[in-house]
Amino acid sequence: MAFATSRAEASKGGFRLSMLIYDTRFRAITLQVVALILFLLFIGWLTDNVIRNLDAKGKDINFGFLWVRAGYDIEQTLIPYTNDSSHGRAVIIGLLNTLVVAFFGCILATVIGVIVGVLRLSNNWLISRLMTIYVEIFRNVPLLLWILLTFVVISETMPAPAAFKITPAILESRAALEGIEAQAGGNGFWSRITGLQTLSLPFFLWLLALIGISASAWQYARSRLDAGKAALIAAIPAVLWIVAALTVFSPSLSPVLADSEASAIGPTEPAASKFFFDSIALTNRGTNVPAPLLDRPLGGTEIVSVPVNYSVLAVIAVIIVSVLANRSVIRRANKLQETTGTRPTTWWISLLILFLPLILLLVALGLHWEVPAFPVNDEGVSQGFNFRGGIQVMHSFTALLIALSLYTSAFIAEIVRAGIQAISRGQSEAAAALGLRPGRTMKLVILPQALRVIIPPLISQYLNLTKNTSLGIAVSYLDLRGTLGGITLNQTGRELECMLLMMLIYLTISLIISSGMNAFNSAVKLKER
Amino acid sequence: MKKSAIIGALAASTLLAGAASAATLDDVKARGELNCGVNVGLTGFGMADANGTWVGFDVDLCRAVAAAVLGDPTKVKFVPTTGETRFTALASGEIDLLVRNSTATFTRDVDLKFDFVGINYYDGQGFMVKKELGVSSAKELDGATVCIQTGTTTELNLADFFKANNMTYTPVTVQDDSEAQRQYLAGACDAYTTDASGLAAGRATMADADNHIILPEIISKEPLGPLVRHGDNVWGDIVRWTFNTLLIAEEKGITKANIEEVAASSTDPEVRRLLGLEGDMGKMFGLDNEWAKRAIAANGNYGEIFETNLGTGTPIGLARGLNALWTQGGLQYAWPMR
Repeated sequence: MAFATSRAEASKGGFRLSMLIYDTRFRAITLQVVALILFLLFIGWLTDNVIRNLDAKGKDINFGFLWVRAGYDIEQTLIPYTNDSSHGRAVIIGLLNTLVVAFFGCILATVIGVIVGVLRLSNNWLISRLMTIYVEIFRNVPLLLWILLTFVVISETMPAPAAFKITPAILESRAALEGIEAQAGGNGFWSRITGLQTLSLPFFLWLLALIGISASAWQYARSRLDAGKAALIAAIPAVLWIVAALTVFSPSLSPVLADSEASAIGPTEPAASKFFFDSIALTNRGTNVPAPLLDRPLGGTEIVSVPVNYSVLAVIAVIIVSVLANRSVIRRANKLQETTGTRPTTWWISLLILFLPLILLLVALGLHWEVPAFPVNDEGVSQGFNFRGGIQVMHSFTALLIALSLYTSAFIAEIVRAGIQAISRGQSEAAAALGLRPGRTMKLVILPQALRVIIPPLISQYLNLTKNTSLGIAVSYLDLRGTLGGITLNQTGRELECMLLMMLIYLTISLIISSGMNAFNSAVKLKER
Repeated sequence: MKKSAIIGALAASTLLAGAASAATLDDVKARGELNCGVNVGLTGFGMADANGTWVGFDVDLCRAVAAAVLGDPTKVKFVPTTGETRFTALASGEIDLLVRNSTATFTRDVDLKFDFVGINYYDGQGFMVKKELGVSSAKELDGATVCIQTGTTTELNLADFFKANNMTYTPVTVQDDSEAQRQYLAGACDAYTTDASGLAAGRATMADADNHIILPEIISKEPLGPLVRHGDNVWGDIVRWTFNTLLIAEEKGITKANIEEVAASSTDPEVRRLLGLEGDMGKMFGLDNEWAKRAIAANGNYGEIFETNLGTGTPIGLARGLNALWTQGGLQYAWPMR
């Protein structure tokens, strides 16, 4: 009001109150001021209502519970946490769990989304239809169902940790088997070849793969080399495949023992086994992966009770320096190419710069891997319920990550497709006329221009994904919603405070993401001069 | 605008809360229906049967209160609540009464502003494991993965128990009993922990009940009871005395079957006061004098309710134990009706 009046007085001498309504110059301002006042009154009334009602129930607004001992445990903690930690720290644990899913989810969704979006425009009828089906399936079924489905599928199809255990029965069978083998004369190299079961399904499949591998290698090599060399190239994978048959697949292709003798003995290996050189175990609870350990760590410190590991910082610093150095090498090569027309060979320099310092640092720190395993007693029988050592990635995390990524990628694929189709056909025709192959046309001409259309809707997909992480509660993933909005809220009974805090945190995350993405958008959008 | 939306939502939710606080008895009478918060589904305590009718130990207490207040044990709207939603539902006035295996604790009584008006089941927290694990004591569970319902006291007891015994565990936090059982049966956890009564009830519904054992350790005290909002003392009194009535009825041998007969013939002054033949007990808190008689007639006395829902004749097969009357070595001890 005051604003409108003072301006009126400054500009015109004869101001009457009625002008606020009847004069079009003032009416717009008057209406806005009135609307603002009504709006503020409404907020004031709501706030007053909250305070009065809380007061009537004898409750106050108090965030003191954040410093009280939490008393509950969380399965996935990125920074140290015990049940002696405060509710405030549990909130941070939850927040980090939210962020880690959101971070990897956004990356994964973008990668899948871009690939699917580009492939959906492929000229290949089958591929483009398959991608259409992918998009339609994932975006038309509610996200919660995808999360539950993924969780159920990965947890019900995997073996229980107990299936990896070595039981006394297995040790007995092993001893029995050794006895029989000693009688039969061992399972040497020669017995593997003579014992080859040529009429079995594994052998048939193996033979089929051998023919396929040789034929495709030969065909590939022939298009580039002359016939003699091509035969040599084709022989290499075939030989490798035969060696694999004699070593890796030998139990299924040529069981050394006669079936009658072997069947009398129980299983000599646990029902399930780890894969990838016996290092990764997939159970119905989670994925157990090796954990990196350092013999000579650089130590660390704590900043506001958040641990800071110098070794990790050193690794990150080396990576950043390597990448920067590599960039300058490439820049110099580009310059040289532009001035002289010949490009120096840089690939081995790049490889050296990128990996050698990192490898040296890791060797200096004494990096080795702690493989998850069951502790064994003196006889070699596995003890305990779960794998010890290594890192256990719970299925709740995996399921949430996969479902969120697949679901959001379907939307991102559509955004990418829209972005690409927004580029006029002339661009790709011009690129083709210049002799660019379709792949390079997409990479160098179409996608850079499409980005300006793609990024704004992409921001809201990232925001969606981040907020959707709160559905993790359905698979017991303790994110911010699970800790602050779940257990802490329940144990302390501070609904209003917890909800306010949770909204504030989600709002902050969303604002940070959107401002970051907006900055990126203004960096890549078309610069008009 | 974002800010206003937040406060608006909050205000809207608390507005609802504020409206329903005052005299619960008048609200219930005006509504003609009792809103009773029960378990989403826990065999024996509160769950909907195949016909959609709610049955269970806690459910029967709701019905007794409805019979006392409204004169009809069927005038109850059962509101299924999870461990997480139950207290919010009660505090906001969505339900008038919460009977859902809820442990009476200091903070719930004092800080959450509720009143526990009685203890209808004395329980303790136990562990259930698969027999094939070969575990015979909870102290052997070091390193195990444990399924636990979120928002419960058991969550905190579990952490304390493992800490006190210097053991580690991995929690799998689930929303309710049925999900916990699904995860447990699927092998997502080695042990499932909740109130021993809940474990027995859960085991009874499992297809292979014999393959699961409940470990002997009881790691906590879990006095489970009905609770109401703090501040409405009359309503709290009604629920408290409805429960006491059921206990007194068992002490005096009044059952659903013989109640009319006892009312006609009894000369015991306490029984006569209880059944409204003498004195004006009901009028004192705004009910008629037959309130207690109707409460007992609804589903019988405490002992009958226990036997129908949890007792040795049911698949759950719980013994009375601590929940026997004080005269039989238990803890159930009704206050005198005078």
